[in-house]
Amino acid sequence: MNNVFVYCEITEENHIADVSLELISKARKLADELKVKVEAIVAGYNVENLENSLYPYGVDIINYAEDKRLFPYQTLPHFSIVTKLIKEKQPQIALFGATSVGRDLAPRVASFLRCGLTADCTSLEIGEYEDKKEGKIIDNLLYQIRPAFGGNIIATIVNPNTRPQMATVREGVMKKEIYNNNHKGEVVKLNVNDYVKDSDFCIEILERHIEQQKINIKGAQIIVCGGYGMASKPDGFKLLHDLAETLGGEVGATRAAVDAGLTEHERQVGQTGVTVRPKLYIGCGVSGAVQHRAGMQESSKIISINTDVNAPLNSIADYTITGDAFEIIPKLIQYYKKNSK
Amino acid sequence: MSLKIVVLAKQVPDTRNVGKDAMTPEGTVNRQALPAIFNPEDLNALEMALEIKDRVPDTEITILTMGPSRAAEIIRDSMFRGADNGVVLSDRKLGGSDTLATSYAISQAVKKTGKFDIVFGGRQAIDGDTAQVGPQTAEKLEIPQITYAEELVNVDENIITIKRRLERGVEVVKAQFPVLITVHSSAKPCRFYNAKRVMKYKHAFSKSEAEANNLDTNIWNQFPYLKIEEWNAADVEAEDNRIGLTGSPTKVKKIDNVVLTQKENMTIEPTDENLDNLVKNLIDTHIIG
Repeated sequence: MNNVFVYCEITEENHIADVSLELISKARKLADELKVKVEAIVAGYNVENLENSLYPYGVDIINYAEDKRLFPYQTLPHFSIVTKLIKEKQPQIALFGATSVGRDLAPRVASFLRCGLTADCTSLEIGEYEDKKEGKIIDNLLYQIRPAFGGNIIATIVNPNTRPQMATVREGVMKKEIYNNNHKGEVVKLNVNDYVKDSDFCIEILERHIEQQKINIKGAQIIVCGGYGMASKPDGFKLLHDLAETLGGEVGATRAAVDAGLTEHERQVGQTGVTVRPKLYIGCGVSGAVQHRAGMQESSKIISINTDVNAPLNSIADYTITGDAFEIIPKLIQYYKKNSK
Repeated sequence: MSLKIVVLAKQVPDTRNVGKDAMTPEGTVNRQALPAIFNPEDLNALEMALEIKDRVPDTEITILTMGPSRAAEIIRDSMFRGADNGVVLSDRKLGGSDTLATSYAISQAVKKTGKFDIVFGGRQAIDGDTAQVGPQTAEKLEIPQITYAEELVNVDENIITIKRRLERGVEVVKAQFPVLITVHSSAKPCRFYNAKRVMKYKHAFSKSEAEANNLDTNIWNQFPYLKIEEWNAADVEAEDNRIGLTGSPTKVKKIDNVVLTQKENMTIEPTDENLDNLVKNLIDTHIIG
């Protein structure tokens, strides 16, 4: 059938992870275009609400490997299950979350199957490709689209000759959308011992400390985002936090600001961080490299505060305030307090 | 008791410090203007290897890098910090390799270095951020992998215990050798140069460097530690159809220059009145408040 596969991650709470549901929403659209089915690969134990959480997003077949030893995630047993299942079922596309699990698993799977794998795609589409060397046109290929080379270009990558076509996508990049609340599929239970060997459990997990996510900018309605420009004077990010708190929002940051140690990595917005779609995004000293824009350009309203009139962010902003964020932010706080009463 | 460690390292353009010269007037990347640096997380990996060497005497650390011949620079850099020797894997045929072809070539080179206990590498390189070559190399070597290492908890002659950094926490795992470990940026930064080692290794050079600078390679007979090995694809028995563009399943279909679509945009001079009005407007339209 050459279906579209999505590897599903299991959260600490034993649910299907959001990133996997987002991928399934995308996979459903790709599968409809290709007129094939969507299959999920789930490896875990006692996964809660397995069918009810997957079917509404458009899954047709759940390949379920259930065994106590499969949670928490370990590389080799999951690798053995995914590679064997892919060899048996020959999917044309296999998608993974670009998470600490997906980025550990997908490359190893791709290496074993000798398939192409594109990391951190920001868009996936179906299209054709002309192989000039062979002089033929290949239909229905997966376009794996991502920024590259310092964000100055957008590259469209294809895997014309290897299957499955593999890609990873960060959480929040694709939209989680209900396909049909009445959609039903089937569960195929895998006989785990046919898929994993004892030697796959050679790495022993001694301890785990998983914290509740403290910072979650993905769901914030208002994001005050700081760029490297906020490093020009002390306490730049404190100022951003003041504004965010006043407006009831969260603080985001560019990669340059995170790399400079101005704030936590969890706040990074962009291709290698979080994708956000807030009602209001306020960029302060953010130049707006394409990787950053990829993570925020769907914000409903964008304000850019920058001393540089030519900052690329200005061109996608609804409002550009040309000036020093260090002077403008306190005034915004002041006027908000005055006007919101 | 002694361990044999191979550290995978890459020389990369410094994409984090993109200055004004880094862009041409046409708006494309001026790669020459970007300084070539030691990939940051590979330095974290080297430090973890050096920590093992501190604890397990007689441990030998080999640095392996794939790239143009000038990548010998990061091998000397590693020797100044404590690595014992290094190999540059360099061949025009390797140009255009994607991560699959790269990991194949690297795994062939690792095999040629002989029996090893641990392969270290940074989690990812800043010029691509894919984090694929580590796990792919582990698969090619048919050994287990531990990704995102943050701390060396314990090591003895058979077993290593590592703390891993995950998105929302940490995990401590124990593995036997051989194993491949990728190291996260939250791990210890690499120690700086040791003055004695700088004196000892500053004249180390590779074959290409000897040819380019007219150096006498006979010195290698007297001081073998001054030789930086240089291997090509044939030396590591890499099959031509598995490297370079031919060996890379991913193909670039097209490259688009980034074109900014101009939105209807209002530029606001930051006067008190204008800012006051903007805030009022945002409140009135229920965007804030």
